[in-house]
Amino acid sequence: MSQKGLFSVFRVQSVRQENARTQTLILDAGLPNAWPGQFVMAWLPGIGEKPFSISGNSPLSLTVCDVGPVSHALCQIKAGDQLWVRGPLGQGFTLSRQAHILVGGGYGAAPLHFLAKQALALGHEVTACLGAKTRADLIMVEQFEELGCPVLIATEDGSAGVQGLVSLPLLHALGQNPRAGVYACGPSGMLLAVHRLCQSVQVAVQLSFEALIRCGIGLCGSCELSEETCQLLGIPSGFLVCHDGPVVKTGS
Amino acid sequence: MTQARLSCGFLGLTLRNPLVLASGILGTSPSLLERAAREGAGAVTTKSCGPEPRAGHPNPVALAWDGGVINAVGLTNPGAQEEVPLLRAAKQRLAALGAPLFASIFAPTTELFGEVARVIAAAEPDLIEVNISCPNVASEFGTPFSAAAGSAAAVTRAVRKAVSLPISIKLAPNVANIGQIARAVADEGADAVTAINTMPAMLIDAAAGKPVLYNRSGGLSGPALKPIALRCVYEIARTVSLPIIGTGGVSTGTDAAEMLLAGASLVGIGSAVWQDGPAAFARIGAELRTFMQAAGYETVEALRGRAAA
Repeated sequence: MSQKGLFSVFRVQSVRQENARTQTLILDAGLPNAWPGQFVMAWLPGIGEKPFSISGNSPLSLTVCDVGPVSHALCQIKAGDQLWVRGPLGQGFTLSRQAHILVGGGYGAAPLHFLAKQALALGHEVTACLGAKTRADLIMVEQFEELGCPVLIATEDGSAGVQGLVSLPLLHALGQNPRAGVYACGPSGMLLAVHRLCQSVQVAVQLSFEALIRCGIGLCGSCELSEETCQLLGIPSGFLVCHDGPVVKTGS
Repeated sequence: MTQARLSCGFLGLTLRNPLVLASGILGTSPSLLERAAREGAGAVTTKSCGPEPRAGHPNPVALAWDGGVINAVGLTNPGAQEEVPLLRAAKQRLAALGAPLFASIFAPTTELFGEVARVIAAAEPDLIEVNISCPNVASEFGTPFSAAAGSAAAVTRAVRKAVSLPISIKLAPNVANIGQIARAVADEGADAVTAINTMPAMLIDAAAGKPVLYNRSGGLSGPALKPIALRCVYEIARTVSLPIIGTGGVSTGTDAAEMLLAGASLVGIGSAVWQDGPAAFARIGAELRTFMQAAGYETVEALRGRAAA
């Protein structure tokens, strides 16, 4: 089992293709103390290290989108290959109510699937709202459907679900269940829009932010949320995504 | 029980407590410097700034291990010109909290140390900390200036000539005679010394068959560094009368007391932030006060150098 500090070595058990440039690496062991919203640092010796949110902890699963040199190398990985992981790190989501609306933008759906699983296991009610540019950019729709929760989809070009932003299904879900808490993961523009929307209807919201994470243990300052973002969210400035987050909790 | 006061004086400044955010930890922006002060640091030190912007090393740059932390971030900084407005903003925000601002600088040459100090001085930090001892850039910059009395003195002379602000020279632990080096920088007009920087070190991942850090070697900090730092501070205090910012592995109030007893005037806190975040300052401050009350020390000054008595 990996502790907070040093790397533990895992072997890739299988790889699930999520879309053209995103895949989930399912590893050969669990990370039992990991909670949805937390992240790990994944290292390929000689190539580099990058943060990934946890898309499942039993076994440990990491969803990787091919956006840079390290994630590109991770996307070439095959079953049987080794992967070094340190974590879990950071503060994850808190299930503060009995009903939850999960809002995923693009590959932001990954940690929410883990959250949905945990919430359903506790007997809570879950609705998933997944948004992306096109049908081809969506991930994990089937995995959410397999959990048996309602899955509402929006794409900007209308190629799947309703045409528009993920705020459309979110508004619909909030209409159905105004007492639910909202949990979102995706690009920062989407997160700020979800925050505004939830603020306007006075719903508590938890937002998982992406950042340039270097040390991962709250020391180097690289992952600080911009002061502008902190101001928009109504939180004190100096928020460290790796230590205080990645999940920002706002509202009642 | 004794009423212990944590407030203390340092080079004409008054600090709410002797705990200083050490350079390289969270000192990358005015908002993070302000946060460290808000959460209890008596003074804060910026991440070292050099003549040109630097991205630093790729990941992995830091990780925690059994004895603390190892890092090779690689002096990430925006360059001296860009740093000035950040320092000005930080100073303004820190003033409201009563926390002095220490600006850390580095450079690849003696002359550029003077130049960076001159540029940075425009922002009027309360102290310039001269980092001559970063262990993580030797492949680019060569042997650190901290390695010998002569080179340490030369940098001190250049910075002293460039600025009239108080300066503290940050020394390295891995030298034959740290007292002698402290003497050399004192003779060139340093107002204080900061001791110590991290210890050059390496972690190897056996399964990977490789060093863990991208830079291969890094600087060791945290609990493993404390006994090394205590010895260095003790040696310096025995040799020169300069005030010392004692830094290295302090993560509890008792550790801070030990550093003061060794001869430090102020106590740097860095890697301890890894354990409980910036909240470490308030915790360590409370623990130090509790220790002082129980042991009968009314002031921070009363502890200073007592271990040598």
